[in-house]
Amino acid sequence: MTDLSKSGEPERARPEAIKAVPVRHPGRWVATVVLLVLAAMFVHMLVTNKAFDWSFIVDNAFRPNIVEGVRTTVLLTVFAMVIGILLGAVLAVMRLSPNPLVSGTSWLYTWFFRAAPRLVLAILFGNMAILYAKVEFGLPFDAQLADLLGVDIDGTLFSINTRTFLTGFMAGLLALALSEAAYMAEIVRAGIMSVDPGQSEAAAALGMSRLRIMRRVVLPQAMRVIIPPTGNETIAMLKDTSLVAFVPVTNELFFRLQAVGNRTFHPFPMLVAAVGWYVAITSVLLVGQYFIERHFARGAAGQGDARQRGRLRVRGIGFGGGGGGAS
Amino acid sequence: MSGNEPVDDAREGAPEPAKDAGPAKDAAPPEGAAGGAGQAPDASELMVKAEQVHKSFGRLEVLKGIDLNVRPGEVMCVIGPSGSGKSTFLRCVNHLEKIDAGRLWVNGHLVGYREKGGRLYELRDREVSAQRREIGMVFQRFNLFPHMTALENVMEAPCGVKRQPKAQVRERALKLLDRVGLADKVHGYPAQLSGGQQQRVAIARALAMEPALMLFDEPTSALDPELVGDVLEVMKQLALDGMTMVVVTHEIGFAREVGDSLVFMDGGRVLEEGRPREVLANPRHPRTRDFLSKVL
Ligand SMILES: Nc1ncnc2c1ncn2[C@@H]1O[C@H](COP(=O)(O)OP(=O)(O)OP(=O)(O)O)[C@@H](O)[C@H]1O
Ligand SMILES: [Mg+2]
Repeated sequence: MTDLSKSGEPERARPEAIKAVPVRHPGRWVATVVLLVLAAMFVHMLVTNKAFDWSFIVDNAFRPNIVEGVRTTVLLTVFAMVIGILLGAVLAVMRLSPNPLVSGTSWLYTWFFRAAPRLVLAILFGNMAILYAKVEFGLPFDAQLADLLGVDIDGTLFSINTRTFLTGFMAGLLALALSEAAYMAEIVRAGIMSVDPGQSEAAAALGMSRLRIMRRVVLPQAMRVIIPPTGNETIAMLKDTSLVAFVPVTNELFFRLQAVGNRTFHPFPMLVAAVGWYVAITSVLLVGQYFIERHFARGAAGQGDARQRGRLRVRGIGFGGGGGGAS
Repeated sequence: MSGNEPVDDAREGAPEPAKDAGPAKDAAPPEGAAGGAGQAPDASELMVKAEQVHKSFGRLEVLKGIDLNVRPGEVMCVIGPSGSGKSTFLRCVNHLEKIDAGRLWVNGHLVGYREKGGRLYELRDREVSAQRREIGMVFQRFNLFPHMTALENVMEAPCGVKRQPKAQVRERALKLLDRVGLADKVHGYPAQLSGGQQQRVAIARALAMEPALMLFDEPTSALDPELVGDVLEVMKQLALDGMTMVVVTHEIGFAREVGDSLVFMDGGRVLEEGRPREVLANPRHPRTRDFLSKVL
C-alpha cells in the first residue's frame, strides 16, 4: 500500500497546472465603489467645511506650549505604564503564591483599584495634601508606643511635606500607575497561567530556583500572551492621561489644546488637533509593539515553516488524547 | 542485580507517616552497618533507596508502599499498566511530589527532608533545588524551553544554576549535542525539531548538569515509531557509559537488552522485580503475566 505514493510517482507524467475561471465577486466591486464615493465625500467635507480651519490648526498645533503638553502626556504614559507593569507583575506573582495572606493582599489590591474610577482617583490624589499634610516614614505606631511607655521616642526616619512630594504631576502619575497595576496584574496572571506547567516542572527538575524559573522560563513565554493586551492598555493610558487635568495638572496635552481653543474662540479646530496628536503618538506606540512582539515570538511555532506547524498540531492532538493519566 | 529479596505483594502494615520520628533502625544508618553481606544494603551504598513509600492525591492512594533499591550503575526499567503510579514514583524521587509516608534516599541523601535527633525537617526550596541537581529527568512530552535554541536549552541550567563559566559550558553542551547526534541542529528552536530530536536535546539538557542519576518517564511514547530508535540508541549508549538510570517504558525490547532489572508495578505496588529476561520469560505473578501478554 505504501508503495503507491513512492514508486508509482516518477513513471506518471505530472498533470498540467490548473487554469480555472475564478469565481466572480460582483459584491466586492459594488462595495468598493460605494466606499470610494463615501471617502471622497468625507475628504471633500474636511477640505471645504470652514469649521475645520486647517491653517489655524497647523499654526497652533505646534506651539511650544502644546509641544510641552505632548511631552508631559508621553512622560505620564511611559512612567505610569512602567510602574503599572512592574507593580502588576509583582501583584500577579503574589496572586499565584501558595501563601493565602500574600495572594489575598494581591486580590484585595486588584479588587479596589479596578473598582475605583480613574477620574475619582486622580481627584482624590490631587487632594491628598488636605488629608495628610506630611508623609512620614519610620517605626509604626511610634507616637502611641511613646505615650504608652511614658518615654520620649521619635521613630520618624524621614518625613516630607505632602505638597512638595505630591505635585500635580506626581499625584496624577500615582493615580494612573496604581490603577494600571491592577489591570496589568490580571493580564500578567493570565499570561503566566497560559504557560504549560510542564515548563516549570522541567526547570525545577534542573535545579532552578523558583524566582529563576519565573524570570527565565515562565515570563518570557508568558510575554506572547501579555503583550497584545498591554499594547491596548498603553493606548488607553495615553488617552486617560487627559484625566489628570482634574488633579489638576495643567501642562498636559489635551488641557493645553483646549486652553488655546478657548482663548482664541476656536475650540473645534483644537479638538481636531487633539485627535491628530493622539493618533500620531498611538501610531508610534504601535510600531514599538510590533518590534517587541517580534522579539518575544522567538522560537514560536509560527516562526518555523508550515510543515512544522502542521506536525506540531497533530502532536498536540495526540497529547490531548493520551495525556489523561499522565502527570 | 538489584535487591533479590522475594517480593510479596501483600503489604498491609502501613508505616508511620513521614512527619513523625522513625524508629532507630532507619535513622541515619552508621557507615558500614550492612557491610557486603548483600542483605538490605543501606542508603549510602545505593543510588536510590525507597522504603515503604506512600503517596495519595486527596483520597486516591496512588503509591501503597514502594520498596526499591537501585545500585550505582544499574539500569532499572519499570513497566506497568496506566495509572499504576509509575510517573508518580519518579516524581517523588525528584521531590516534584511530597511523599506521605516512608523514606526515600537518593545518592545517600534523604529526599526533601533532613533527619536530626529522630525528627524530620523539611528542606528549604534552595536545598531541594540543590538535591535535584544530582538527578536528571526526561519527560514524556520533552518540555524543552521553546524560546531557547537547542544549545541555549542545554546551557541554561549549568550557566544559570551552577554558575559555571560560559565558554566551558558551551564547549561541553556542543559535545553533548554531538553525542546525541544533533551537531547540526544546535541553533534550531524546539519547534523546528522533530519529536525524536527534541527528546534527544532534552536528554542532553539533563546530562549537562552532570547528574548521578537519570530518570526517564516514558521518553519514547510521544514519538512516531520511526523516531523511537534514535532516542533508545542514545539511552543505550548512556547505560553503557555507566549512568544509573530508572526508565519507565513500554519498550520491552529495550528493557530486555539494556536493563539490569525489571520492575512490574500495578495499583501502586511493586508486584514483581528481577532480571529482565527472567521476569519476561516466566513472570511469577499472574498480573505480570496478564500485562505482558497484552504488551508483547
Ligand atoms: N497531581 C495529581 N492529582 C491527582 N491525581 C493524580 C495526580 N497525578 C497523578 N494522579 C493520579 O494518580 C494515578 C497514578 O498516576 P501516574 O501518572 O503515576 O500513573 P502512570 O503509572 O504513570 O500511568 P501512565 O502509564 O498512564 O503514565 C492516576 O490515577 C492519576 O490519575
Ligand atoms: Mg506516566
